[in-house]
Amino acid sequence: MQRSFLLYFLITLVGVLFIGRLFQLQILRGQKYDPINNAAVKTQYDYPERGYVYDRNGVLILANQLSYDVMIQPNEVVPLDTLEFCSLLKIDKTSFLKRFNRAQNYASYLPSVFLKQLAKEDYAYLQEKLHHYKGFYIQKRVIREYPIKSAANVFGYISEVGESKAKKNDYYQHGELIGKAGIEKEYEDYLRGTKGKKYSHKNRFNKVTGSYKNGILDTLPSNGKDLTLTIDIELQQYAESLMKGKRGGIVAIEPSSGEILALVTAPSYDPNMLVGRKRSKNSVVLMNPNNPDKPTYDRSLMAQYAPGSPFKMMNALIGLQENVIDVNTNFRCYEGYQYGRRKNEFMGCHCGIIGRPIYLKTAIAKSCNSYFSNTFKRIVEKDNKPSEGLNNWSQHVKSFGLGDYLGYDLPAGAAGRIPTGDFYDNRINYRWNASSVISNAIGQGDVETTPIQLANFTAAIANKGFFYTPHILKKVAGKAIENKKYTVPKKTTIDAKHFEPIIEAMHEVFKTGTGKLSQIKGIEICGKTGTVENSIKIIDGVKTQAPDHSILVAFAPKENPKIAIAVFVENGGYGSTIAAPISSLIIEKYLREKISKPWVEKRMLALSLQEVYDKQKTKEIAPGKK
Amino acid sequence: MRQERNNIFAGIDLTLVFLYLFLVGFGWLNIYAASRTTEDVEFLSFSTKYGKQLIFICLTTPLIILILFFNSKFYEKFSSVFYIISIFSLLGLFVFGKTINGATSWYNFGVIGLQPSEFVKASTALAVAKLLSDRQYNFTLVKNQIKAFMIIFLPAFLIMLQPDAGSALIYLAFFFVLNREGLTLNYIILGVSIVLVFIGTIYFGPESIITSLFILITFFLILIIKKAGKRFLRFNWYKVVGVYLLLGVFVFGTNYFYKHVLASHQKDRFDILLGMKTDNKGIGYNSYQSELTISSGGLNGKGFLNGDLTQGDFVPEQHTDYIFSIVGEEWGFIGSSLVIIAFMLMMYRIIYLAETHSNKFGRVYGYGLASILFFHVIVNIGMVIGLLPTIGIPLPFFSYGGSSLWGFTILLFIFIRLDAHKNYDW
Repeated sequence: MQRSFLLYFLITLVGVLFIGRLFQLQILRGQKYDPINNAAVKTQYDYPERGYVYDRNGVLILANQLSYDVMIQPNEVVPLDTLEFCSLLKIDKTSFLKRFNRAQNYASYLPSVFLKQLAKEDYAYLQEKLHHYKGFYIQKRVIREYPIKSAANVFGYISEVGESKAKKNDYYQHGELIGKAGIEKEYEDYLRGTKGKKYSHKNRFNKVTGSYKNGILDTLPSNGKDLTLTIDIELQQYAESLMKGKRGGIVAIEPSSGEILALVTAPSYDPNMLVGRKRSKNSVVLMNPNNPDKPTYDRSLMAQYAPGSPFKMMNALIGLQENVIDVNTNFRCYEGYQYGRRKNEFMGCHCGIIGRPIYLKTAIAKSCNSYFSNTFKRIVEKDNKPSEGLNNWSQHVKSFGLGDYLGYDLPAGAAGRIPTGDFYDNRINYRWNASSVISNAIGQGDVETTPIQLANFTAAIANKGFFYTPHILKKVAGKAIENKKYTVPKKTTIDAKHFEPIIEAMHEVFKTGTGKLSQIKGIEICGKTGTVENSIKIIDGVKTQAPDHSILVAFAPKENPKIAIAVFVENGGYGSTIAAPISSLIIEKYLREKISKPWVEKRMLALSLQEVYDKQKTKEIAPGKK
Repeated sequence: MRQERNNIFAGIDLTLVFLYLFLVGFGWLNIYAASRTTEDVEFLSFSTKYGKQLIFICLTTPLIILILFFNSKFYEKFSSVFYIISIFSLLGLFVFGKTINGATSWYNFGVIGLQPSEFVKASTALAVAKLLSDRQYNFTLVKNQIKAFMIIFLPAFLIMLQPDAGSALIYLAFFFVLNREGLTLNYIILGVSIVLVFIGTIYFGPESIITSLFILITFFLILIIKKAGKRFLRFNWYKVVGVYLLLGVFVFGTNYFYKHVLASHQKDRFDILLGMKTDNKGIGYNSYQSELTISSGGLNGKGFLNGDLTQGDFVPEQHTDYIFSIVGEEWGFIGSSLVIIAFMLMMYRIIYLAETHSNKFGRVYGYGLASILFFHVIVNIGMVIGLLPTIGIPLPFFSYGGSSLWGFTILLFIFIRLDAHKNYDW
């Protein structure tokens, strides 16, 4: 009996070991087992139609179209007349073989795409001929269509979902489409709808052998929701046409709601370029980082420029709020402002009023640098330490949505920059006071803003102290949005009363000041021009200063404003020569739908700055961006 | 008592019969689940695998009656004859055999194929029993030990030549029989150590294995010297040197064998098992799918004919070597544990009964049977649940295949016959 022990023992040992292993496999690992998501269940998707998009006036601006793919199932293909077939599909024989082999390598018993997105006119013809060729057939697909060739930056585009995203989000399968930019990305969840699922049993060869649990888990697709945007497509198109041949951005906002009326970046592209058969070829050109035009770079949201003179209003408002100036405060200007003891510590000024007292209204209307340098100095020096003064200043500025992502509903943007006391304190070996950061007084120096931030700033002035976060979505499936982020106003730190003189002064700009030439009879435009100096860059070893950026912010009409706008034209020179006429044209177009000065319109449409841009062989995306 | 002796069913062990019926019946249900193709069900037909298997199962009834019909003495007397016939059946394969999957293991008779190696196990067990139970046989003599080894390794060698390494491996099971009859356990310990060092060498590389082994031996050596004094070294130094040398040769030999002699597909099997390589689509596909299929069963299983991985044919060879994976998927942890327990009970029962035999022939034979079952179960289920490398041998009573079913039926029922007669003085 002693010797039988070994085998008893081993049998028990192995039995326990095996049952333990089974426990590990079936109980521990089995819990993670997903009965649907495994090799034996095939999930087939029924794709819903993506939502349509309308502009604020109900114009259809983004729709779907049918596209036709030639499909192949290699194991069903019988020998064919390749030559004739190739001429039918307009491909050559090597391409035919390449495509055929690719499909064969993928799986000979499964259908795959042989030729993508036929032209519509080819489809009708092919449809008749193709049934002679066994194993080939045509499959309809829905792709995007843009009835109006405009607002590409707003729409963004859809393309195949990325590997990592598909892994993270279990809604998407490899090869499915997803919004990649613009509203297609931002509102993907609304637009995509929900795909239907059909589960079936399949075997090792991927052959479907029957429905899974009699289809009780199957679902029907539900189409994407239609969206209405705040964009006025007519205005958008008009603004885009005015920006032809120029680089820059335009943002127009309805101050009373924060709705974005137009969002223009230039140069842009026809959104239809990123649809259909030419898509991959076009995307290579458009998205090439070495393309100096950067057509997919949305300057209206992402380009950070020094705001220039429009920022003077900001300083005026803070000065009033902090009680360091009032409407009766005056400064004298001697063709500039001496901020330091040394001779070169002098900021020039073109206001043209020499040695006489300048009051706030005139200072804004004539864009006097000295006045605002004095004001800024007082603000910063109000507290004992300049860093505290500047921090206080910075808080006021940021309450207008500057210096941070604004929170609008588009997936692109930049924070801009509003310096604080710490910003300068943290500079190594840098001792500073109001004078050394005086450039901020006139919106140069370290201040940077994006066009949409500046447009929002203008809207806040128009509203006398509050703004709605700019947004592009108006309605979802016909129902107005209720997102509190966009429907509740945000207050600035400046009291409403201080805006009165500023608005008066901005009105003066278009009456007698720098925007005089762009005034429009019958529309009371309030605005401010800006001319932003570019820093000196070294291009090919030569010190070069690119021409100034032309800037304008404005709102109209003065009472009950309907539109606030910011226009940036890179290297456009004086604000009054390009940005001002463009914005007045846009304002007039929006408020009147007619243009009273067709000669200005003609000049602006024809104006091209391409030569100026060609001269700058700089690698920077947009001058002014650090 | 005399009367009962005329009844061929008298005295047979019902526990074993019951376990046998359970395994064969349950096995067939799983073969049905694996090989069922369309809605038309054809039992008792040669056109479907489950139909064919059912025919073989039915035909075991006359087979069993035939086995039980003969007297125990008959098996003892004619064991040498059976053995010689077996050896010739194996030799005959080299002339008349049919090659399937690279191995010449089959005789082909139209719709039926016969695999002699499945039957040779029984005759070898008889022959070993006959040899060891001889009254003049003294197992302590090396000459006699060699005799026993030859009986065991001759068929194993012939099967190896087919080549069917898996089936040949089973003959190692007879070590348990020999051990029971007096062979020192050292052989088994040596064998297990060799396997461990082999795996260690592959897994950790020869350098680290040799270093750690040398450290271990040196450690023990120091212990021994401390206890026995320095005189130990003076008298045993050649043994010490020999151990070091042998180990070195073995480890580096293994490494060389593994890297340069072993065919790449065999190497891959080890690599995958040891987790040194993942290849869930190619060579590792079977094991991977098999594990996955078993895991998917959970506690209760998906239910008979509801295992979608089984029904979708995702596990290759599922009706033969991988049959246990169906049990795992469709009957869950409960079903698959039950099968393992059934095998354990059957083996316990056989050993228990064998130990009660006053006759040495019956005891040795019983041990042979239990050991063969044990080996089959370890190697087959071990492979299916991913604990052992892929070695293609069937699961006794369960797997599809007439030869295998009949071979095991003969093995078992000869024992049942011997056992029924153990109390008679014959």
